[in-house]
Amino acid sequence: MVSRQIDEHAMTEADCVECGATVTLHDDYEIGEIVDCTTCGVELEVLDTEPPVLDRAPELEEDWGE
Amino acid sequence: MKVGLLYSRIRRDEKLLLAELRDRDHEVEKVDVRKTTFGVGAAADEAAVDVGAAADVDGTSEGDVADESAGDDTDTDGDTDTGGDTDTARTATEAAEVLRDCDVVLDRCLATSRSLYSTRFAEAYDVPVVNSPETARLCADKVETSLTLAAAGIPTPETTVAFDTDTALEAVESFGYPCVVKPVIGSWGRLMAKLEGRAAAEAVLEHKATLGHYEHKVFYIQQFVDKPGRDVRVVTLDGEPVAAMTRSGDHWLTNASRGAETNAFELDDRAEELARAAADAVGGGLLGVDLMETGDDYTVHEVNHTVEFKALNDAVETDVPAAVVDWLESQAAETETEADTETEADTETETNTETETDDGDSDEEVTPVA
Repeated sequence: MVSRQIDEHAMTEADCVECGATVTLHDDYEIGEIVDCTTCGVELEVLDTEPPVLDRAPELEEDWGE
Repeated sequence: MKVGLLYSRIRRDEKLLLAELRDRDHEVEKVDVRKTTFGVGAAADEAAVDVGAAADVDGTSEGDVADESAGDDTDTDGDTDTGGDTDTARTATEAAEVLRDCDVVLDRCLATSRSLYSTRFAEAYDVPVVNSPETARLCADKVETSLTLAAAGIPTPETTVAFDTDTALEAVESFGYPCVVKPVIGSWGRLMAKLEGRAAAEAVLEHKATLGHYEHKVFYIQQFVDKPGRDVRVVTLDGEPVAAMTRSGDHWLTNASRGAETNAFELDDRAEELARAAADAVGGGLLGVDLMETGDDYTVHEVNHTVEFKALNDAVETDVPAAVVDWLESQAAETETEADTETEADTETETNTETETDDGDSDEEVTPVA
């Protein structure tokens, strides 16, 4: 899995690794959180904060749930 | 209080809990189980090394910039920070130590397999973990849950288990149509099948037999409960109901994750009794008990051990994450009291032993050493 660190953006913005659009993050974003790219719809996982690092979220696994 | 959070994905449920914990100035140690190894004997075995957990002690909120190069330090909010919320590698030994340093560990793993094993390791490291691996085992597998509920005398849908497509089809036919086939492990209503006739039953059973994993060859066949377009979710803490909601929809599956409409539900005495009994039957903890109304009674069809509560929190006035954190605080306090009592008892035993050695009079009153 290739991750990208987005240095040039403000603290709460990063680029979508799928389509390149800017993804705006809530101020309280967390490592491990999943955010949607509002442009292409792909699910992205927050890999790091300060600065934010995003990558494609893992695919749904069979045993996920509650 | 220091809380370990086992996770692999931070859902809104976990964010609500993290916010509540941080608001109360509790330390949080996030442990991403995907990046953690759990060594047998890891707490003492320096050779059990691999990449480890991401650590977080309240280091991620806005403006909360920690100097990670300084190791243990104080960030701009004055909170203790043990290295920030990064993708830091950590050995299995370190992961064990991190968990052992927690007052309580909360399992919020998204994947059942990870939940089952990581809680088992936490228990092996002698760390108080909620929910317990035994509770997870009973809740994760529908066969185990059904057996447990039935053994406790709790009404639960009539169920037959078969291991072969032919016998499964016989079981389906004996139920009549419609009936339901469910995967023994799974959530959010996935792979559930409502069988309306023999042709559909044959197809579903054949498909299940070819899915690959052995669990799909455990055919869990259940009566179709003709519920009134909704079911009831009750979140309980050690059996005590915190809040409840109905999940309504036109589809026969009314999971909130499938878009069911959620509304607050006031528990009647019977629903409360059953929620308590079901929670107790699987060992208590933080649970989501699901009931269906059957006209003159309820039937309990599921108990969830890593319960999602965001929909419930939106539907009711009760602050669910606050109630959970209240309960975690009581769990940690209880553990501390037990540890103190054990230490006191050990000290007393040692003193008594010494006294016996000294004068051989086991009945002599000995003042415990503080």
